[in-house]
Amino acid sequence: MNLKQETLQKIEEVIPRYPEKRSAVLPILHLVQEDQGYISPEATEWIAGKLELKPINVWELVTFYPMLRDKPVGKKVVRVCRTLSCALQGSYRTCETLREALNCQPDDHSPDGEFTVEFAECLASCHAAPVVMVNDDLYERVDDNRARQLAGEIRNGKAGPAETA
Amino acid sequence: MAAKERRIILKNIDRPGYGNDIDSYLEHGGYEMLKRALQRKPEELRDEVKASGVRGRGGAGFPAGMKWSFLDFKSGKPIYLVCNADESEPGTFKDRQIIHKDPHQLIEGMLISAYAITAKLAFIYIRGEFPEGAGILERAIEEARGANFLGANILGSDFSCEIYVHRGAGAYICGEETGLIESIEGKRPYPRIKPPYFPAALGLYMCPTIVNNVETLCNVKHIVEMGGEAYAKIGRPGNTGTRIWCVSGHVRKPGYYEFEGGALTLGELIYDVCGGLHPDRKLKAVIPGGSSMKILRADERFRGKDREGNEYDLGLEDLVLDFDGIALSGSLSGSGGIMVMDDSTDMVEALANVSSFYAHESCGQCTPCREGSLWLKKILERMARGQARLEDVDLLKSVADQIPGRTICAFGEATAWPVQSYVSKFRDEFIAKAEQQAAGRTGGNGRSAEQVRLV
Ligand SMILES: Cc1cc2nc3c(=O)[nH]c(=O)nc-3n(C[C@H](O)[C@H](O)[C@H](O)COP(=O)(O)O)c2cc1C
Ligand code: SF4
Ligand code: FES
Repeated sequence: MNLKQETLQKIEEVIPRYPEKRSAVLPILHLVQEDQGYISPEATEWIAGKLELKPINVWELVTFYPMLRDKPVGKKVVRVCRTLSCALQGSYRTCETLREALNCQPDDHSPDGEFTVEFAECLASCHAAPVVMVNDDLYERVDDNRARQLAGEIRNGKAGPAETA
Repeated sequence: MAAKERRIILKNIDRPGYGNDIDSYLEHGGYEMLKRALQRKPEELRDEVKASGVRGRGGAGFPAGMKWSFLDFKSGKPIYLVCNADESEPGTFKDRQIIHKDPHQLIEGMLISAYAITAKLAFIYIRGEFPEGAGILERAIEEARGANFLGANILGSDFSCEIYVHRGAGAYICGEETGLIESIEGKRPYPRIKPPYFPAALGLYMCPTIVNNVETLCNVKHIVEMGGEAYAKIGRPGNTGTRIWCVSGHVRKPGYYEFEGGALTLGELIYDVCGGLHPDRKLKAVIPGGSSMKILRADERFRGKDREGNEYDLGLEDLVLDFDGIALSGSLSGSGGIMVMDDSTDMVEALANVSSFYAHESCGQCTPCREGSLWLKKILERMARGQARLEDVDLLKSVADQIPGRTICAFGEATAWPVQSYVSKFRDEFIAKAEQQAAGRTGGNGRSAEQVRLV
């Protein structure tokens, strides 16, 4: 486990916020994933040790929460909302276009490890459908044309800073 | 023309030049109500909230003052306040606007609420997909701390309070208040069985806890400003204050609009406020309160007797927009998420889309919900993709009917209601699909897999 100094410091800050230590597990999982890209078995044990929990108490969260990952993903994670309001405005097409343009298979990253394109459930901006997130950034009204353009921006680094899930 | 918007919660949102920093907020009278509240006794503030009649904006519409009155003040345990900023009900997007564009309004509302219920520690549970919103709230909290609106001995009073932001990680069930509490405790967000685990008695860390939605807590600030009785005069009795309606789907001007309770009808909202449908399109259906709620068909009639015993006979467009007005349709206004569908929508696909959401989000504790939601999705996707059978309509109904009332939390209803309502109201369309596809399999004209758009 080679966590950055900054991550370790944030972890120390977050624990005393809660009346019970165990509550810090989700914030710490976010911090570790931000640092490492995913949650490894080693990270799970480390977090468990830190909070005096059993590793299963940490792992059961990794397997439950869709945003926590147990394996590496692309450097840029593209999440396309597939829920009704977005689907009505063509988000399935948007997703397909992004997948093709970024050379991704469903639920997998591109062979070069750069990109992951996946579906997400309602991202709470339904009036501006279809909605897409690139890492932490929200993109609205991403119709098929905009999707082509956005794929270009993702490729040349203009869209979506580092993943901080 | 429909009534004009009355922006109370959204007053400063999207106003040119209004930023989400504390200076903008202070320039517009920010934190004055906190100062005023601290001069009063907590129980007086609770009485104001009760007198206001404000109903929760998170989904169930339970009166906030009454919920607060269930708090166990005698337990000797700490009391917690939790703001539900999970905003995950499909079709709902109002809390995001408040968080991004006016975070201090929420923080002031929370501080007043915390003081009123004597909570010294409060959490904002924000969905994981709002990383930017979480950052905005963290910054706003630091700004408020810098001005001593938050932290120890707020503005020189005896009241101390901390607010922390707690991020979820993409699970819808964390919006259910007891699942949310488990999530803050660091466990899988499995909803708790009620009774006995009503949060007001046995909530976070088994202590008395109030969970309120973002919009509800913002309202508390305005209740203090106006006084409970004056607030209660806005809107209709039982539907006091304003509500933010989130309109999405097939209208020309989707967006968020704030109106006094009962100020306009659903028809006026769709045609006058949202610019109506796209050219040459007709209204087909509306989901009035987030995708969990029963769907309404454009041409159905709603008949019955209201609470005063008056008979009514209404069409979809006549429904008055507030909790009680929408309830006359047999559906609910839930989280205020209004999803509009025009006549280009394939109802089998739309339901397959919605059911896929519930299958993905069931926490898995209760067998009827876990298994039922998956079967509904499987059957519907099969139907959408060209393998519909005539008996599917009854099969769907039979599976859906076995879920509600047999589960730990209301997600069971949320899974069943769409299926029950689509299948009964659009039965012909489900049957026609099966017939067409049967014909297609023997050489007729089914909808091909490439034409499927919503699943
Ligand atoms: C499955 C499910 C999901 C929910 N999701 C949310 C949500 O995202 N946001 C919310 O405020 N309330 C949500 N609720 C309602 C909460 O359980 C709770 O009633 C609400 O936060 C109380 O706040 P209020 O009284 O201010 O409305 C959900 C309920 C259920 C059953
Ligand atoms: S009804 Fe569904 S979501 Fe709710 S507790 Fe049971 S399995 Fe979980
Ligand atoms: S349905 Fe896509 S953001 Fe809500």
